[in-house]
Amino acid sequence: MRRYTIPAIVLHWLIAIGIIGTFTLGLVMTDIQGISMAKIRYTNWHKWAGVTVLALAALRLLWRLFNHPPEYADDMPAWQRGAAHGLHIALYLLMFAVPLSGYFFSLAAGYPVVWFGEVPLPVLIDRDPALRDLLRETHYWLNMLLAALVSLHVLAAFKHLIIDRDGVMQRMLPSFARK
Amino acid sequence: MKTIQTLLLAALVTGSAATLASAAPLKTDVAKSSVSATFKQMNVPVEAPFKTFAAQIDYDAAKPAASRANVEITTASFDIGDDMYNKEVAKKEWFNSAQFPKATFVSSAIAPAGAGKLNVTGKLTMKGKTANVSFPLTVKAEGGKYLFEGQLPIKRLAFNIGEGEWKDTSMVADEVVIKFRVSAAQ
Repeated sequence: MRRYTIPAIVLHWLIAIGIIGTFTLGLVMTDIQGISMAKIRYTNWHKWAGVTVLALAALRLLWRLFNHPPEYADDMPAWQRGAAHGLHIALYLLMFAVPLSGYFFSLAAGYPVVWFGEVPLPVLIDRDPALRDLLRETHYWLNMLLAALVSLHVLAAFKHLIIDRDGVMQRMLPSFARK
Repeated sequence: MKTIQTLLLAALVTGSAATLASAAPLKTDVAKSSVSATFKQMNVPVEAPFKTFAAQIDYDAAKPAASRANVEITTASFDIGDDMYNKEVAKKEWFNSAQFPKATFVSSAIAPAGAGKLNVTGKLTMKGKTANVSFPLTVKAEGGKYLFEGQLPIKRLAFNIGEGEWKDTSMVADEVVIKFRVSAAQ
């Protein structure tokens, strides 16, 4: 079975690590009450990581637009193909919506993002407390949705690997892992 | 004769004192005025407003040197973007607003420095510490109103703002820029 191109595989796994790491950092930092050195540090790391995921997602979308993904297994039922396709579209949307909602949440709270403490990113909106509260909720629920859909995505991949044994998951693994 | 001279002199002195004092107090339009502080946290510049302050400016365009300014800021009104954080900033390590509810600036001299410009010197008091500061101020007259704008860079540690671990300026920079605009009318 044909697998994804190397750039697609590299971007997929970098983004996977990025999403899991940034999500975890988000949970940890919001758990810290008050203001502390750790909270400020984690919050900034979280923003840097989120912007990095956004940049990688943009590259990935560009690559996806010009490269067809490999076929599914021949015996995969139509509803599963449809479900997989729908889930992938939703994941693509969230790869953009989650970091963007966080970025604008930060701006609305009056905090510009300085990528890795070095690159000041554009301040596209003014400080706005009402918008800040709305974006905080939006960012939170988009993340919960992302967590649910990523879980579903992972479960489906393992179903193909362990139950169906149809090589669908291997399409996204580096060649040394395929057999 | 001597008495008349003394009287004349006295009248002259009193007269000029009266004109000096007549740099009339302006009425501050709080809705169009603002005071903020811009601090840098991990290199991120954050401009946060003080929601409550009072500014009293005595200004006469004809006699700028007779001007006086007095600003009083409620430290607990510093809004850094989140209610939970605002409560933290009012605590002992930062503003200690319970013990020092107000930060004040009182001018000692205001000198004209070219068209629409003044150099202001005075005393800034925050968290029980007073420092002599001076900064440029611009004045714009529009429609019977004056707009005063200026900014004053300070070192937060000179006022003991950020105690304990927060003395580490790699996280929150020492330099903080206080920006203000005061709209006032006669």
